[in-house]
Amino acid sequence: MLAEPHRRVKRRPFELVSEKLIEALICVCGFSAIIFVFSIFFFVLREGAPFLSRLQMGEFLFSTEWFPTSQTQPKFGVGALVVGTLSVTILAMIIAVPFGLGAAVFVSEFCAGKAKETLKVVIELLAAIPSVVWGFIGLTVMSPIVINTFHVPIGINMFNGAILLALMSVPIMVSIGEDALKAVPDSYREAALALGATKWQLVYRVLLPAAKNGLLAAVLLGVGRAIGETMAVLMATGHSVRIPKTIFDPVRTLTATIAAELGETSKGSDHYQVLFLIGVLLFTITFVVNLSADLVIKGIRKK
Amino acid sequence: MLTFVRGKNGDDTELISNLDPMRETKKIEIENLRLAYGGKEVIHGISFDVRANEIFGIIGPAQSGKTSLLRCINRTIEFTAGAKVQGMIKVDGQDVSRMKNVYELRRQVGMVAPLPVGLPLSIYDNVAFAPRAAGMRNKHHLDALVEKCLRQAALWDEVTDRLDSLGTRLSGGQQQRLTIARALSHQPEILCLDEFSIAIDPVTTMRIEDVLKELRKEMTIILVTNLVQQARRLADRTMFLWNGEIIELDSNEVMFSDNPRNRKTYEYVNGIFG
Repeated sequence: MLAEPHRRVKRRPFELVSEKLIEALICVCGFSAIIFVFSIFFFVLREGAPFLSRLQMGEFLFSTEWFPTSQTQPKFGVGALVVGTLSVTILAMIIAVPFGLGAAVFVSEFCAGKAKETLKVVIELLAAIPSVVWGFIGLTVMSPIVINTFHVPIGINMFNGAILLALMSVPIMVSIGEDALKAVPDSYREAALALGATKWQLVYRVLLPAAKNGLLAAVLLGVGRAIGETMAVLMATGHSVRIPKTIFDPVRTLTATIAAELGETSKGSDHYQVLFLIGVLLFTITFVVNLSADLVIKGIRKK
Repeated sequence: MLTFVRGKNGDDTELISNLDPMRETKKIEIENLRLAYGGKEVIHGISFDVRANEIFGIIGPAQSGKTSLLRCINRTIEFTAGAKVQGMIKVDGQDVSRMKNVYELRRQVGMVAPLPVGLPLSIYDNVAFAPRAAGMRNKHHLDALVEKCLRQAALWDEVTDRLDSLGTRLSGGQQQRLTIARALSHQPEILCLDEFSIAIDPVTTMRIEDVLKELRKEMTIILVTNLVQQARRLADRTMFLWNGEIIELDSNEVMFSDNPRNRKTYEYVNGIFG
């Protein structure tokens, strides 16, 4: 209680200044994200820009002829690489999304105590495995398994790479998805169960709709990881330029192409510049994916 | 209109039981109920019955165990970690702790919480949630049921043109009426209202109270309230709960008369303490 007469405390000028300073600092932190994104885009584009004038956009995007080192007639068609990246990513997501979200629901809703803690630690451990180790597993462990199980001639192919990518993106989906489910207020759970809902009805009627934004973010982070992944797909997908006809065909991705070839080009050559344009293309793909997901979320919210 | 006066006058009881033989049956029997949260006992062995088709008022200050008591009846208490229930609760003569189908029990008991929890679904889906969970699929029946429940909760007129918008977007008072509609949607035999009126204006409260008087023909109502006058207006019998013990349980004539059996009751009802 304020038994003694209360004296008004005056703010010292230093405090006022430091307040403004901190405000400015936080502001810089916030805007730095935008600055970084734009400067990365700018520098990548700058390296590839001189070639843009000589580039046939249609041929670049849709041709499957990728002969960048040809002495007489180099060809720069990334169609097969785009298809490679997208097909591996989509296949990986077909495997990873049900697994990842299912695991998130299990960890968050059906699991308790020691089992839950153990699972979370192990899943986070899975996220910490370096991608080159995954690639190694793809080459030495997965490849013979794929050959023997499906009786295909080549073990390092799209299917192999997609499984690795799925394994790599599941831990992210689980931890973000679990956070999203944990953020749903307990009062919703109790209200639904008090209405006689079973646990599963609670999950798909209440929790999934309530956490859909967070779960979508979880899936998107997984997609981002899969599109951007380089080392594992370089080692496990076969690295062969072609449009795959089955999921057991080897493919080559955009990222793996940059990683494998950039070190062997001379700075400023056509090949060098095209590789940077591929970087811009990757950037655009992820941007479009994120933007469309944003629009989807906004559409859901408006309803 | 019938007035259901019971307890003191033998003739009245007989008259009513002649009209409806089910009236005097015990809907809920509670014997020596004890509840502890993590070793700290909050309900100290209470026993009472709730009769079928009565409005049973429960009054008492905060922390007296009213909400916990309701949560024991439909076993939602099990969601609270560390809660330990002892004693016996019977609904229709069946021990709730032995019921295999707890979902059926929870549909039997409609529960309205003091702070409204609109599920993050559309208004329609909120009300249709429990019937759907119970397996009702027919769109025609659902439509009719949703309208009936929303009308009973005095909400239909306000939301009739926006059943598809989110239930969580409604105002606090509307959400509370939505939860009442939702509690009615599974056609419960017992309706528990836990301070349903704290977020609702007096006019709407009166409308809902009228609905409750109608509903009691179909179901048994347990009304937990901080408004002593509300218990007086609505209940047939009222129980005064204090620190997890029953101070008094009597018909309303006795409870709200000038000389109830316990002095504390008189003081609480008349705002002398508490």
